[in-house]
Amino acid sequence: MNSPTSTLFTMAWTFGLMSLLAIGGANSTIPEMHRVAVEVRHWMSDAQFADMFAIAQLSPGPNVLIVTLIGYHVAGIAGALVATFAMCGPSAVLAYFVSDTLTRSHQSIWPSILQAALVPISIGLMCASGFILTLTTGGTWVAVALIVGAAVLALATQLNPLWMLVVGGILGFAGVV
Amino acid sequence: MLPDSASAIPPPDVAVPVRPGLIELFVAFAKMSLAGFGGVLVWARRAIVDQHRWMTPEEFNEAFALCHFLPGPNIVNLSVVFGARFRGIPGSIAAFLGLVGPPVVIVTVLAAIYARYGEIPALQRTLAGVSCAAVGLFLAVIVRMTMPLLKKRDPVALVLLAAVFAAIGMLRLPLVPVLFVAIPLSVVVTFILRRRNAS
Repeated sequence: MNSPTSTLFTMAWTFGLMSLLAIGGANSTIPEMHRVAVEVRHWMSDAQFADMFAIAQLSPGPNVLIVTLIGYHVAGIAGALVATFAMCGPSAVLAYFVSDTLTRSHQSIWPSILQAALVPISIGLMCASGFILTLTTGGTWVAVALIVGAAVLALATQLNPLWMLVVGGILGFAGVV
Repeated sequence: MLPDSASAIPPPDVAVPVRPGLIELFVAFAKMSLAGFGGVLVWARRAIVDQHRWMTPEEFNEAFALCHFLPGPNIVNLSVVFGARFRGIPGSIAAFLGLVGPPVVIVTVLAAIYARYGEIPALQRTLAGVSCAAVGLFLAVIVRMTMPLLKKRDPVALVLLAAVFAAIGMLRLPLVPVLFVAIPLSVVVTFILRRRNAS
C-alpha cells in the first residue's frame, strides 16, 4: 500500500467524485465503492464489505455512513473523517447553491426533463447495488434464502426492519448462514 | 464550534414563522439522525413538519424532491438546504453537523470494535446473518422503487435501466464513463420523445 497521505488523498478524490455522481442518493454508488475498495485498491474482501454494509444498516444515522467504516478500515480515524466529508461535502455545497438560486428566482423549475431522464439511471444503479451486495454475502443457498425471506417480509408486512436485522444476526450466530 | 446566535433571535414576530436558531437546528437534526435506524427521512418529516412545524408538508415535499434530484446523500442535502433556508450558511453547517456528527462518532467506535474483534468467528457469523437481512431489506426498497417504472411500461426507460444495470452490476465498469454515456443519452431521448408526444 502507498503512504498514508496518498491513501487519504485517494479516498478524498474517490469519494469526492462519487458524491457528485450519486444519482438518487448515496446507495446508488455502492457498486462503485465496491469496485474501488475491493477490486481496484484491494482495501478489503467481499465479506468485509458485506460486514460494513451490515454495520452501517445497524447504526443510526444516514446510510451513507458506510463510507465512514470504509475510511476507518483503510486509514483509521483520519480516514473515517476524510471519507465522510468527501462523500457528503461536494454534493452538500452543490445543494446549497442550487437551492439558493431556486429560492432567489422563486420558481421551482429545475428541468423536469433532466429529472425524468435520471430516474431510470438511478434505479438501474440501485438494482446493480442490490445485485452486488447479494453477491458479497457469499451467494450460498442459505444466504440467498435469508435475503429473499427478509425482502418478502419487508414487502408484505409492516415489521420494524430492526427486528429483521436482529433475527438475521441471531440466525448467523447460531451458525445457520 | 457554533456561534451563539440563538440568543440573538429577535422576539417572535406574529407575521414571521418561527425561525430555529443554530443550536436548535443542530439538536433537531442530531435527534432525528440518532432516531433513524435504516433511514432518517421518516424522522426528518416527523420532526420538521409535525413536531416543530418549521415547514408545511408541501414545503417539505418540495425541498425533499429537490434533494432527491440532486446528487449525493439525500438527507444530508436536505439538512443543508433546510439549514440555509432559515439561517444561511451557518444554519447549513449547524444542521449538517447535527445530522452527520453524532452518528459518525458512533460508527467510528463500531469501526474500531470491528477492526479489533472482526476476526472472531462468532462475530463474523453474526454479521454475516445481519448482512443477509440488511441486503434483503435493501432489495425490498429497490422493488418498491422499480414497480412504478415497470407499471408505466415505458420501453426506453426499461432498456436504459437494464443497460445501466448490466454495465455497472455485471460488467463492473467504472461509474464515471457509464454516467458520461448514460446521462446525455437519456436526456436526449427523453427530450425527443417529449417533443414527439407534444406535437
